Amino acid sequence: MSGGGAGAPGTRGLAPRKEGAGARSRPAAARRPLVACRDCDLLHRVAELPHGATARCTRCGGVLAQSRRNSVDRSLAWTAGSALLFVLANTFPILVFRMQGREQQNVLVSGCLELARQGWWPLAALVFVASVAAPALRLAALLHVLVPLRLGRTPWGFVRAFRLVDALEPWSMLEVFMLGVVVAIIKLSGMAEVLMGAGLYAFMMLIVTSTAATAVLDRDLVWRHAGGRAAVAGRMPRAAEGQAT
Amino acid sequence: MNALRGDVAPGERSARARDGAGPARTAPAGHAGPHVTAREAGLVRCHACGLLARVRRLATRTGLHCPRCAAPLRQRKPDVAARTWCFLVAAAILYVPANALPVMRIVSFGSAEEDTILGGVKALFATGQPAIALVVLFASITVPLLKIGGLAWLLLSAQRGWTWRRRDRTRLHRLIEIVGRWSMLDIFMLSILAGLVKLDAIATVEAGPGALAFAAVVVLTLCATASFDPRLIWDSLREDVP
Repeated sequence: MSGGGAGAPGTRGLAPRKEGAGARSRPAAARRPLVACRDCDLLHRVAELPHGATARCTRCGGVLAQSRRNSVDRSLAWTAGSALLFVLANTFPILVFRMQGREQQNVLVSGCLELARQGWWPLAALVFVASVAAPALRLAALLHVLVPLRLGRTPWGFVRAFRLVDALEPWSMLEVFMLGVVVAIIKLSGMAEVLMGAGLYAFMMLIVTSTAATAVLDRDLVWRHAGGRAAVAGRMPRAAEGQAT
Repeated sequence: MNALRGDVAPGERSARARDGAGPARTAPAGHAGPHVTAREAGLVRCHACGLLARVRRLATRTGLHCPRCAAPLRQRKPDVAARTWCFLVAAAILYVPANALPVMRIVSFGSAEEDTILGGVKALFATGQPAIALVVLFASITVPLLKIGGLAWLLLSAQRGWTWRRRDRTRLHRLIEIVGRWSMLDIFMLSILAGLVKLDAIATVEAGPGALAFAAVVVLTLCATASFDPRLIWDSLREDVP
């Protein structure tokens, strides 16, 4: 990992493109891929990064590229683990609540169902999307992309699925949900006995594995693969057509 | 600018062919210094996959698509000012009922107790959990205010073309992107309590109208964050570029 701006280790060979003659007289530098900063649009030529390194924009510090060792393999492993844990976290109770000799359990979706039953369906929908639907879809899309890639094939609907992975990221809020569970436990601890269920342990591990699955994924690598395959399959020109006016 | 030609990202060549876009001639000669942006070089960064594509002239809605991932290609996010202000004003208006109206109703042994957001934080302080109370205070009071105030300031300064502390303002946008989601905390806690405490006569937890307003604030501020384009902070560096 490297951070910081110009001159920090790991940003070697990474500088704003020099104008004119400089870039031409150094063909090796010119062959490095151009990358535009996501946050400030500045162009950079990014050198081959060592594994684990992050290239940052020299002007605003935004991430330009990240290199991860065995990215697809490791991300696939974490994603497969997450999928299993997701099923466990949704089937077993999250919390057990004991009060006045009565016992009550909840699973992950009980909250949404109860909110919907009380008539607060927009709240129920939001909680359902953020804690169940978005994480589930995201894991499914990741598996759909990574399994065929690992087997050397191009997944069906690759581009849509992989764009979905990124689009769902802001709406998948497992770790916030976890903190919500912690606060709920503390709120209830005064008036009743609250026990953690098996589902909660699975849920905690799910947060670790799904975060890792995203952290080790080198998106550029996967997209480059898409570019190559799509071109071979003759799909690139059609994608570029658009509805130009 | 010629040095750029021939070594841009893969797929760029086909984009040029299909879109009828040629060698970049958008940037006025002698204009670019050591820092050249993609726009000045006649390139567009795809917002979905990061590919650089060359286009000759790109209005806001030309209907061009990324040659690699087929996402619409845009030089900047569309209608940033209008969209972000809309989301922000709506969020600021709803922030009032979100804090004034009760978020939840705890019925225990026949007596009902209504809690607002701030009331919930106070109750946590009272139960002797200051650490958790501070976390909730941060997530449900500080984060929404930071998002509304911070984005309004970013937008205003970008619209005015201020050159002051660009790097820090870009960092502020990244910070808002990262911490924004944590304001869902209260909604999740409410949902967990409602799903767990369902002992009809003894204790139940019901959502209140404040929760609906608060959820709307969270969603609206998330949308506002996504519709702002931090590149606008830097665009005023060279105002003569179209």
